[in-house]
Amino acid sequence: MKKNLNTKEFLKILLEISNEIENSKDYLSKLDRAIGDGDHGVTMSIGWIAVKEKISLIEDNLTFDKICIQVASSFLSAVGASAGPLYATALMRGGAKLKDCSDINCSQLADFFDAAANGIQERGKANLYDKTMLDVWLPAAKRIKETSTQTEDIIETLNQGSIVAHESMLLTKDMLSKKGRSSKLGERSKGHIDPGAASSELIFRTFYATCKNL
Amino acid sequence: MFNKEMVFKKIINDPYQVVDEMVEGIVLAHGDLLKFANNNKRAVVRKDAPIKDKVGVLIGGGSGHEPAFLGYVGKGLADGAAIGNVFASPSPDPIVDATKEINGGKGVVYMYGNYAGDIMNFDMAAEMCQMEDIPVKTVLVTDDIASAPIENKSERRGVAGDFYVFKIAGAAADVGMELDEVCRLAEKANDMTISMGVALGPCSLPHTLEPSFVLEDNEMEIGLGIHGEAGVRKGNLQTADEITTELMEKILNEMNGSKKVSVLINGLGSTPLMELYIMYKKTHEILNKNQIEIHSSFVGEYVTSLEMNGASITIIKLDEELQPLLERETLCSMFRV
Repeated sequence: MKKNLNTKEFLKILLEISNEIENSKDYLSKLDRAIGDGDHGVTMSIGWIAVKEKISLIEDNLTFDKICIQVASSFLSAVGASAGPLYATALMRGGAKLKDCSDINCSQLADFFDAAANGIQERGKANLYDKTMLDVWLPAAKRIKETSTQTEDIIETLNQGSIVAHESMLLTKDMLSKKGRSSKLGERSKGHIDPGAASSELIFRTFYATCKNL
Repeated sequence: MFNKEMVFKKIINDPYQVVDEMVEGIVLAHGDLLKFANNNKRAVVRKDAPIKDKVGVLIGGGSGHEPAFLGYVGKGLADGAAIGNVFASPSPDPIVDATKEINGGKGVVYMYGNYAGDIMNFDMAAEMCQMEDIPVKTVLVTDDIASAPIENKSERRGVAGDFYVFKIAGAAADVGMELDEVCRLAEKANDMTISMGVALGPCSLPHTLEPSFVLEDNEMEIGLGIHGEAGVRKGNLQTADEITTELMEKILNEMNGSKKVSVLINGLGSTPLMELYIMYKKTHEILNKNQIEIHSSFVGEYVTSLEMNGASITIIKLDEELQPLLERETLCSMFRV
């Protein structure tokens, strides 16, 4: 059982996400070429490389909220695109829930994901089932919240989030896109996993996997 | 042969440096007209910016559409441009930097194609600038017939029509009109502008060198977007006259009895001028047959999509208000009137 997460561990998780994005960038771009403009893997790679560079410069003793703001700003500056404002808003809103914290428990971690998911919805103005990253974020954050009321174990909570993220990502395959470039395809957007849902699933999965091995 | 083993070759150094190196080249080549805003390599403005008591016009979007957007910065058109990575919206940083540099005290209008990413980044930048008391308004370009029916014009994406909408708004600001009036005319120009395109072959991002879409050797795709977004139908490659007739049929449906137009035949990157002028000839004939006067014509590359093979036809319906703005003198690095 793991009851707490500190900022050093959080930075390690962010670094692992950066590595995993780099490994998956061709796959993400391929998904995006099917229904979008093909840049999602490249965009995520550029953004997370910037995050990695930022993390190497982050001073010790920064609290969660400060780390989130710094990481979000460098990601946003490096990429723009759609992913920039969406992921940056997620991190900033999530971080705002952890003001002055250098060590958080399971319920605070759940608040982080809940605020992040709501931030994405507010920024992107998408709804559930529009075939976007929100289709992963809302259900995964919800499951994390529910699990956190039943256990104090961060690993089990993240495991649940990761499972739901994966199932939810697969569900986007049969959805009709109603948001972004792919929405212009109509019926032809069906049959492909949404690339934003895929990069989001990667984040939940890597968050869990890294935490488990800390 | 064309698609199955398609190889993309590019004259580049490092795929992750293409945008910065291009912008540096543009500012070096046109140093008499352009400068960076706040040393930001993604924010380029008129050398003489800010122009006091003039509404600032800021355009922008992803890179890979050159001469859009940097080529349209200059007197009579845009005061500045903020650009992002290839096919990706700029982040709020360069937008804010350019806004501050071009604000002559009358506010700034943001104009760009209707894409979710651009909207989020430009909106975030607009909020930041408004907190510093710079009035900012936004006009989205929505000219692509293929992307939504006319009833949902505001959902259409922006393609080559950028050129006309930017030109009209830039001229209105140059005349000395106030922010609300510049926006009204930009919106009017957008309402009057319609485009329809065809693609014969894909482009590739410098980072992946993968084709942005796949067409069979004998295929073309009607209505494809300027980032390789899929279009309305794939079919066998037809003759220039057949393609032009199909595109113009869709455009004429939305003419609503308009009697005077300007025409843009836009190449997407690797279609030769020869083919664009062949399309122009047919377009001219069709407009003549429909008793529509051609006020002016532009044939060439105005909004490209890297090395995509294809072209689009854009029409702007003109009236006595828009015509003089289209004619107004303009001096940009890649476009002049």
